[in-house]
Amino acid sequence: MAFWRKVLAITRKDIISEFRAREIIGLVLVFVLLVILIFNFAFGAANEVISKTAPGMLWVTFAFAGVLSLNRAFIMEKEEGCLEGLMVAPISRDIIYAGKMLSCLVFLLVVEVIALPIFAFLFNLNVFSGEILVITLLSTVGFVACGTLFSALAVKTRARELVLPVLFLPIVIPVIICAVKATGLAMEGKSWTDITNWLLIIGSFDLIFLVISFWVFSFIIEE
Amino acid sequence: MRTSYLRGLTVLGLLLMLAALYMIFVYVPTEATMGAVQRIFYFHVPLAWLAFMAFFIVFICSVVYLVMRNPKWDLVASSSAEIGVIFTSLFLISGSLWAKPIWGVWWIWEPRLTAALVLWIIYIAYLLVRSYVQNKEQGARLAAVVGIAGFVDVPVVALAVALWRTDHPSPVIFEGGLAPSMLYTLLVCITAFSVLFLVLLLLKLANKDIESEIKQIYKQLI
Repeated sequence: MAFWRKVLAITRKDIISEFRAREIIGLVLVFVLLVILIFNFAFGAANEVISKTAPGMLWVTFAFAGVLSLNRAFIMEKEEGCLEGLMVAPISRDIIYAGKMLSCLVFLLVVEVIALPIFAFLFNLNVFSGEILVITLLSTVGFVACGTLFSALAVKTRARELVLPVLFLPIVIPVIICAVKATGLAMEGKSWTDITNWLLIIGSFDLIFLVISFWVFSFIIEE
Repeated sequence: MRTSYLRGLTVLGLLLMLAALYMIFVYVPTEATMGAVQRIFYFHVPLAWLAFMAFFIVFICSVVYLVMRNPKWDLVASSSAEIGVIFTSLFLISGSLWAKPIWGVWWIWEPRLTAALVLWIIYIAYLLVRSYVQNKEQGARLAAVVGIAGFVDVPVVALAVALWRTDHPSPVIFEGGLAPSMLYTLLVCITAFSVLFLVLLLLKLANKDIESEIKQIYKQLI
């Protein structure tokens, strides 16, 4: 109980600071719109092209949006010296990880909840189904589970925001593959049984990286 | 002591390599459907196995380093990763050379190829991270984390790409589809490359020892 209270305190702090500074969600949303616009120029808007490329576009967009918002998560802490503050607080390091991960999850989910309808509206797609919601939720957990770890790692390096995508993208490739495939199947109207295998892989990725990150996070943020 | 040990291993490696070359080009018969180009197999497979072995060593040494904090383990991990990346590059190249006459293209997005490419990128990132950190101890810690995360990712990548492209020929080695003479040749090649790997690893470690020694002397001078 005490564990979650501390975790939520960190998450709450991030959400309040996001409300006041408006650093992440607004900018990431504009970025998402721009990516959709560029994809539209790159692939054209013919119906048969869109139905084939839509799942890919969607997840490339979310992956890039993820990199962008995850980067901010720790650069923000680093710039104002907040990370030191968190580290001298009488809490264990995995609480910091869990708190930051939850706030990253909230930010990315908010972005996705707004971006999905825009996507559906612009490309005339059917994205409102239970399947797609579950796929999106599970994949986003995977993104932030390993993304929070690498975001903390990236701010420790000289190149900072350049390091995150180089580490993060190859590691989350399995999530992207599965999310794209499963979303494609769900958009075709396939049922749950057809996408379970994909969901299982995403789920195991989530579990593996939550456990691993929990364990190794303290090694990253110590000075 | 260490150098004589290394010299012995090098000679053993050389002899094994010569034996491997003899077996590949003289002893083993030409494969029926693919012809002479199939002989790349005896280089390609040992390279792939050892690359994987190298990354496994990176994983083990990274875990041990994080627990024990002895820089020795980090040295082994980073040296093994360097050799692993080189072996991965070589098996990607040898695979391409083999693919061109058989499949007609240099590259296809086949599961094992795709997984190998992802692996290659992950370990290049592993090697890069270290160079972006000033503090050596911190660089080792961050690299160890990448080494662990990268390795646990491998089975998930393999699963995902296998399900993504289910139409691929499975390896014949484990199904008894390999003629005995081919199997012997492969085993000799794997042994030869394992010794080569060990020699390279020891050389790399000795190299890093000398490197830190020079740095120490340099520090004393200024």
